[in-house]
Amino acid sequence: MSEIHRDVEFGAGTATETFDLEQEPAAKKIEGRTPWQLARARLRRDKLSMIALTVASLVVLMAVLAPILDAVGILKPNDFNPELIDPALGGYPRGAFGGMSWSHPLGVEPGTGRDTLSRVVLGLTFSLIVAISATLIAVVVGTVLGLIAGFLGHWADWGISRFADMVLAFPVTLMLLALSGMFIELIGRVVPNDNVATGLYIIFVLGFFGWPTFARIIRGQVLSMREREFIEAARSLGASNRRIYFKELLPNLWAPILVYGTLVLPAYVSAEAALSFLGVGIKPPTPTLGNILANSVNYASSVPIFFLVPGLAIATVVLSFNLLGDGLRDALDPKADR
Amino acid sequence: MFAYIVRRVAAGMVMILAMSLVTMVLFFASPVDPARYTCGKNCTPELLEQNRKALGYDQPVLSYWVDFTKGIFVGSEFPKDPALKKSAPETIADCPAPCLGYSPQSSRPVRDIIVEKLPVSASLAIAAFIMWMIAGVGLGIVAALRKGTLVDRAIVGSALVFYAFPTFFIGLGLYVFLALKWGIVPVPAYTSIADGGVGLWLQGLLLPALTLALVYIAGYIRLTRAFVLEAKGEDYLRTAQAKGLKSGRILFKHTLRGALTPIATVAGLDLGGLLGGTIITEQVFNYDGLGRTAVMAATTYDLPVTVGIVLVAATFVITANIVVDVLYAVIDPRVKYS
Repeated sequence: MSEIHRDVEFGAGTATETFDLEQEPAAKKIEGRTPWQLARARLRRDKLSMIALTVASLVVLMAVLAPILDAVGILKPNDFNPELIDPALGGYPRGAFGGMSWSHPLGVEPGTGRDTLSRVVLGLTFSLIVAISATLIAVVVGTVLGLIAGFLGHWADWGISRFADMVLAFPVTLMLLALSGMFIELIGRVVPNDNVATGLYIIFVLGFFGWPTFARIIRGQVLSMREREFIEAARSLGASNRRIYFKELLPNLWAPILVYGTLVLPAYVSAEAALSFLGVGIKPPTPTLGNILANSVNYASSVPIFFLVPGLAIATVVLSFNLLGDGLRDALDPKADR
Repeated sequence: MFAYIVRRVAAGMVMILAMSLVTMVLFFASPVDPARYTCGKNCTPELLEQNRKALGYDQPVLSYWVDFTKGIFVGSEFPKDPALKKSAPETIADCPAPCLGYSPQSSRPVRDIIVEKLPVSASLAIAAFIMWMIAGVGLGIVAALRKGTLVDRAIVGSALVFYAFPTFFIGLGLYVFLALKWGIVPVPAYTSIADGGVGLWLQGLLLPALTLALVYIAGYIRLTRAFVLEAKGEDYLRTAQAKGLKSGRILFKHTLRGALTPIATVAGLDLGGLLGGTIITEQVFNYDGLGRTAVMAATTYDLPVTVGIVLVAATFVITANIVVDVLYAVIDPRVKYS
């Protein structure tokens, strides 16, 4: 059932695709393709998005491998190397470019001599865990509430929409900061580890202030889809509300969810960094991109490399995911003419 | 139209009251005792109880909220204790309407603190707003007119790179290198117009405003570019061209008119939300505005100040929403409200 209407839905895209195919002599035959195949083909033609996809995949791969490399001892994020720093210089690394060498390709941390590369790679893991979890919370809560608001309408729509407006009117950075003391203590009563409690707090609060955007998008999509024939057909066949939500509507919502999820994720990586800078982030020795950068600002003028590396790492993550999100948006848009 | 404005303002006020209730529930209804933070290391149970009573933290959250709301309209006194007022009236602090609460840490009404710090944040916000509007919209137009060329790509690309770095990284980079190390720009410090005249005021604002503006410029370049390109496809432009109008006139009178309306909407909303966003910039440049005050209040658990600033920031967001909706009808005669 949903297959049929999805072909209708992406009808315009199919037409464009056929036209493009006919220009390529190698593939003259007109094939039936699913919307996802069409999107993949469009994405593959977009060079910038492919580069972004490659970089983003490498970033995720590194983040997945980092804890393993740490466990087997290839990454040494917490090994102090006092011989690499110069106490006479105020603990700055010996040698040029922040103590870069073959064994420490990105230099070492001033004051401790810990390997910057190890810390940044493992920091990536923790930063991504926070950002991905927060994105998931925002996506799940936003999708469910958006579905309910759009589909039930009336008071449910009114209530959820006003609640979303209210959450959006709160200054997020300020709330994250202001609530941190109490809520981290509160979570700390259940979770013994301070950094785990802080991480959970950041995830929950970012997710809580993030869902309204998703709910609005999903609600808009549902409103436009609710009156469509395939829903009417399902209903006249006696489908339950639940079936209509999850089997009929949800498959059509994956595209916007994927696109905005990809765009929100990098914003949360930056948010984690900002919180570390304001002093409420996850604390060392656990490395995150945020707390490495927040620490490095003290050495911005004395050891510029040490300041630059975590900044560039964050920028790489943010840029690659943003460009990928833009590319996905274009690729998944059936009306995209390119 | 008038009825519409009245309805929106009324709804906005209800929203702010609801937000104040939610904020208080978040701060006071958690099992962590907020009074504990008002009394230092040498705290006795008696002193704690006294503080709790003085601040009204001993009441249920709903009655605290009722007191707070009443204070906005008729003023209040701290501590609220009729017996104490008779025996020692000099220990009672008066908080005339509109009273936003009383800060135990700085022994001042919250409103006085906000009124004192607001000009700093407002200066920063407005200077940044002017910068990003001129640069963002201007460069966006250039990019749209040169679509697909190297100029277009350079503008969009470099803006995105600035966007990818965390704000405090950019801010500290500008501060440490441009001001401290190379001395290209004077070290930024806030001077009010009354103290140092417009020249010093602007000089102090240069780097902080630039930092804040850089966060937004990328978004505005892309928005402007997209809207100008979209407006270029409209029929009325072809008409203008067919009439033989000069291209400059077409650009400014026809293309931009259509393209700038949606940008004005976004700009209004961003300006309204900026108050909550100056936190990081103020922290980086040691600007003693609302953002920095909020950080201080949050770290010293000065709840009344935190609540006050959250509500002021939310009021700006809600007001901006209403103003933008009303202005939209004025700028674009096709929009009608009932």
